[in-house]
Amino acid sequence: MFVYMDHTATTPTSPEVLKAMMPYFSENFGNPSSVYSFSRKSRAAIEKARSQVAAALNADPSEIFFTGSGTEADNWALKGTLEKAMKAGKNHLITTSIEHHAILHTAEYLKKFHGVDVTYLPVDSEGFVSVKDVENAITDKTALVSVMFANNEVGTIEPVAEIGALCREKKIPFHTDAVQAAAHLDIDVKAMNIDMLSMSAHKMYGPKGVGALYLKKGLRPENFVHGGAQEKGRRASTENIAGIVGFGEAMEILKSRLDEDKKINSERRDRLIAGLLEKIPHAKLNGATGDKRLPNNINFSFIGVEGETLLLDLDAKGISASTGSACSSESLDPSHVLLALGLKHEMAHGSLRFTIGRLTTDEQIDYVLDVLPEIVARRRAMSPLWEDFLKTVKN
Amino acid sequence: MALDYSQKVMDHFINPRNVGEIENADGIGEAGNPKCGDIMKIYLKVNPDTKVIDDVKFKTFGCASAIASSSMATELIKGRTIEDAWNLTNSAVAEALDGLPPIKMHCSVLAEEAIHEALNDYRAKNGMEIIPMEHHEE
Ligand SMILES: Cc1ncc(COP(=O)(O)O)c(C=O)c1O
Ligand code: FES
Repeated sequence: MFVYMDHTATTPTSPEVLKAMMPYFSENFGNPSSVYSFSRKSRAAIEKARSQVAAALNADPSEIFFTGSGTEADNWALKGTLEKAMKAGKNHLITTSIEHHAILHTAEYLKKFHGVDVTYLPVDSEGFVSVKDVENAITDKTALVSVMFANNEVGTIEPVAEIGALCREKKIPFHTDAVQAAAHLDIDVKAMNIDMLSMSAHKMYGPKGVGALYLKKGLRPENFVHGGAQEKGRRASTENIAGIVGFGEAMEILKSRLDEDKKINSERRDRLIAGLLEKIPHAKLNGATGDKRLPNNINFSFIGVEGETLLLDLDAKGISASTGSACSSESLDPSHVLLALGLKHEMAHGSLRFTIGRLTTDEQIDYVLDVLPEIVARRRAMSPLWEDFLKTVKN
Repeated sequence: MALDYSQKVMDHFINPRNVGEIENADGIGEAGNPKCGDIMKIYLKVNPDTKVIDDVKFKTFGCASAIASSSMATELIKGRTIEDAWNLTNSAVAEALDGLPPIKMHCSVLAEEAIHEALNDYRAKNGMEIIPMEHHEE
């Protein structure tokens, strides 16, 4: 059985999306910037996609700017806003300790090369940022607040609308990385007072290598990609027409089935969570429960085992998952997200993430519930840490 | 991270040899990996006359590379004298496994150090001189 449970890493491009993209490779290949009538089709296709993406967010099409990825949208929002604000004497960035590296490493860059003062807000044991903490961190130097909409590792959904309202009141621009959230949740940028929002197509059954930044009308961060006058002079480089078309199509389809998907994913999520808690002793769920958790995220820690070994054992059974273990990261550091939630190193070590989606079936949930308890038990039996842990439990 | 392990590593990871504990072991050693927080524990049964390692068992908390290194290391020292066993290096373990990814070399150090700890534990218990240990990363 091939069981793909890593939809947060990426999703397959859906057949309908691929079909919509196909005419924009060899047939309608015209450069949208050209004057002749042939290239009109390319321009029209991009504008249609812009409307599709805008509609899904309750934004105006003129507020959507296509980028090369979610990472680029994050880079643009942070660097573009801070570079501009610094000219006006504001050099403070507020973000959180659980952001994706696209935000964290950009913040580190701004600190190192531009002397930006960065505040990393803590989170509680379920991964929630406190609105009060945001408020307390704001100073008269604050140029931007950036808090992710939902976390990619543990699925915690942040109080974005409250933070948006606060920032609006304080007249501070608010950016949110919605790369994961946009694939599962209803987002209304107006109602939620969001000024900037990052998205990525490949997390929502669109192609890889295309993203977007929503920029509320009137906001003008410095450009990030310099060059030609594409995207109304805000983002240079010849448009990835097929990718953009695919993004628009993916977003429209996603929106049309959002409630249905949410319902079925949450049911499967909760069944997998309940089953693992029941079948595996000393299993710990990481993150929040219920509707404050992304409908497709399941993240556990199994004390006494190491995540990479679990991934390989699961892979041998045809199951693709992910871990926050130090052993499977290039840096040999455990997941910064799990540590920020207060997990001890050995608990982060034993973490395992399943992210379900359109490829998931009820049979696959049963299958995972069938094989994982055995895998964990077998690896625990050869672990000195598990032996030590059992002693502490018995006493 | 992509997991590009050799077939030998996968074999020893999926079916590790000599897993477990030895009751009343003659030497017990434990090593921890400062890099990622992993632990290996090793148990030795040594023939008092010949000083040959008659039996060896391990328990490891760590990645596939750590488990495979532990398994391979126990195979390499079983049936050898305590002097021979001391000279087993982590690179010999890695070589016997047809290599480890560069970032995973440190996991094999865990095996070398746990064996040294266990051998010194045996030596101490039997009135022999302790051999100074050298710590290294790869
Ligand atoms: C929260 C979050 N932000 C940003 C990104 C990066 O998106 P992209 O792969 O489009 O650069 C990801 C992808 O893993 C993500 O999960
Ligand atoms: S034991 Fe952690 S990387 Fe091998």
